[in-house]
Amino acid sequence: MFRFLLSRISLIIPTFIGVTFLAFLLIHLVPGDPIEARVGEHGISQERLDELRHEFGYDQPLWKQFFDYEFQVLKGDFGVSVVTREPVIKEFAALFPATIELSIAAILFAMVIGLPLGVIAAVKRGSAFDYGLMGMSVTGASMPIFWWGLMMILIFSVTLGITPVSGRISDAFFIEPWSGFMTIDCAWSEDEGACTSAWSHLVLPMIVLGTIPLAIIARMTRSSMLEVLNEDYVRTARAKGLSGNRVVIVHALRNALIPIVTVIGLSVSGLLGGAILTETIFSWPGVGHWLVESIARRDYPVLQTGTLLIAVLVILVNLGVDLLYGFLNPRIRR
Amino acid sequence: MPPSATAVTAPPMPGRLALFWRSFAENRGAVVGLALMAALIVVSILADVLALHSPIEQFRAHFLIPPIWEEGGLWQFPLGTDDVGRDMLSRLIYGARLSIIIGFSVAGLALITGTTLGLTAAFAGGVVDIFIMRLMDILLVFPSLLLAIVIVAILGPGLFNAMLAVVVVTLPGYTRLARASALAELARDYVTASRSAGARTFRLMFDTVLPNCLAPLIVQVSLGFAVAILDAAALGFLGLGAQPPTPEWGTMLSGALQFYQRAWWVLALPGLAILFTVLAFNLVGDGLRDALDPKLKR
Repeated sequence: MFRFLLSRISLIIPTFIGVTFLAFLLIHLVPGDPIEARVGEHGISQERLDELRHEFGYDQPLWKQFFDYEFQVLKGDFGVSVVTREPVIKEFAALFPATIELSIAAILFAMVIGLPLGVIAAVKRGSAFDYGLMGMSVTGASMPIFWWGLMMILIFSVTLGITPVSGRISDAFFIEPWSGFMTIDCAWSEDEGACTSAWSHLVLPMIVLGTIPLAIIARMTRSSMLEVLNEDYVRTARAKGLSGNRVVIVHALRNALIPIVTVIGLSVSGLLGGAILTETIFSWPGVGHWLVESIARRDYPVLQTGTLLIAVLVILVNLGVDLLYGFLNPRIRR
Repeated sequence: MPPSATAVTAPPMPGRLALFWRSFAENRGAVVGLALMAALIVVSILADVLALHSPIEQFRAHFLIPPIWEEGGLWQFPLGTDDVGRDMLSRLIYGARLSIIIGFSVAGLALITGTTLGLTAAFAGGVVDIFIMRLMDILLVFPSLLLAIVIVAILGPGLFNAMLAVVVVTLPGYTRLARASALAELARDYVTASRSAGARTFRLMFDTVLPNCLAPLIVQVSLGFAVAILDAAALGFLGLGAQPPTPEWGTMLSGALQFYQRAWWVLALPGLAILFTVLAFNLVGDGLRDALDPKLKR
C-alpha cells in the first residue's frame, strides 16, 4: 500500500509543474502584458506604466519570470490582484467555502436521488420505470445548465415566489463566518430564520449544479448494478434464502459502488466547471463567479491564480480517488 | 443444378451496413436521436427558405410579441419576437445552422488533430509519447469550461476563438482514444505483416491501423459534437462566444437576461433548442456505441 501511495504521488509532480507552466504561459499570451491590457483604455504615462510593470515584475526576462513564479507558487505566494491589490490567495480563500458548500450540496443531492433511482431501475430492468429513468438521465446529461438555472428561477422564484433569486442568505441576517459554510454557520448560530434563509438560497443552485451528476450517477448505478446482479455470489445469496432487499442492498450495491465512487470522483472537475455557470446565474459569491468577473475587469493575475488553484484541487481530488480506489479494490494495488 | 436454386437455399448475407443498422435500431432512443439530428440538418440547410425574416432584422413596431398561441400573438411572428423586435423563429432556425456548423468544425478539427497526435504518440513511443500524453493529462486537469474561458479571455471574445478554445479542451479525449486503440492494433499480426511487407510508418499509421481504430472515434465524434455545441453556447452565454446580433442560441440567452421575467419565450425557446440538439447527438452517440462496440453491449 505504501509503494502504491508513493508511486501515485510521484506521478502528480510533473503534472503539477506542467500546470504551473501552463498557468504562467497563459498570462504571457495576453497581447502586450497584463498591465497594458488592464490600463489600455485609460491611457497613462509611460513612466507610470514602467513603474507598474516593475512593481509586478513584468519587466524581467521571461525565463526569470517563470522561475520566480514557480518559487513563489511553491512558497504559497500567488501574486496580487491588479484591481484590488489584495493577495489573490486571500480573495480565493474567502470565496472558496461558498463554492465548496455548493458543490458538496450538489453532489450529495445527486447521490441521494441518483443511487436509489439507479438501483430500482436495475432491479426492474426493462420496466416503464427503467425506460423513463434512462430517458430522463440522457436528457439531464444533455442539459445546458445555464438555461436550466434561469428556468428554475423563472418558475420557482419569479412565478411561484417560493425561493430567492440570488446570493447565499438574505441581507436581513448577519452570520459570523466560522466554517464558511453558510448552512453550518446558521445552525451554529441557532437563528432559525437565518437557517431557513440560507437553505432556501441554496436549494435551487444545488439542484441546478446537481442535475448532470444526478443523471450520470443514476445511469452508472444502473449499469453497475446490472453487472453485479448477474454475479455468482448474488445468486448464492439468493439461494441461501436471503430476502430480495437484503441481497440487493448488502451484497450487490456494496460491490457495485466501486465504479460509482470513481465516477463521482471524476465528476469533480466537471462540477467545478458547472459551478462557474451556476454561480454566475445565481450571483453565488464563490470562486466561479469571481473568475468570470475577473475577465471583465481584465484582472489576469486573479484569472491565472484562480485557474491554477482549481487545477491543483482537481489533481488532489483525483489522487484521493485513486487512493480510495486502491483501498476499495485491492486488485489494482501492485 | 440451376444457379437460382443455390440462391434460395443460401440467402445472401446481410451487408455490413444492414447489420449495423439492425443493431443501431435496437436502441429506440438512438433512432429518435437520429430523426432529430436529420431534422436539424435539414432545417439548417434550408434556413434561407424556412425563415420568414432575416435573423437580424428589427421590427421596431413589434417588441416582445408573444408566440402565436398566447394572447397578443401575431401570425407574422409564430414564436414571437425579442426585445428589439427580431423574429424568434427565424433566429432559432439560423441558430440551428450556426450550431451545426460549430459542431462540425469543432468536432472535425478536434478529431483530426487528436487522432494525429494519438497515432503519433502510439507509433513514436518513448519521449514523444510521454510528452504528448503528459500534455493531454495537464489539459485534462483543468475543468474544461474553465480552460475554455481562460483561452477565450486571452484570445479575445468571439465565435472563432470560442470554437478554437473548445477544440483545445476536447482534444485530450480524442488523443487518448486514438492512442489506446492504435496501441491495441499495433500488437496484431496484420500490422506486423504489413510492416514486413515494407509499408512506411506514415502508411501504416493512416492506411493500415487507423481504419481499425475508427469505431470508438466515431462514437467520440458524435458525443463531441454535443459537447462542442453545449460549450460554445455556454461561452456565448457568458458573453465570450458569438457576439450579438449573431443568432447563436447561447448568445441569445445572455441577451434575454434583462427581461426574461416578462417574456418567457425569449428565454425558454433558445434553451430548448440547445437541449434538443445536444440530446439528439448524445442519443446517436449512445446508439453508435451500442452498435459499434459489442463489448459494451449487454
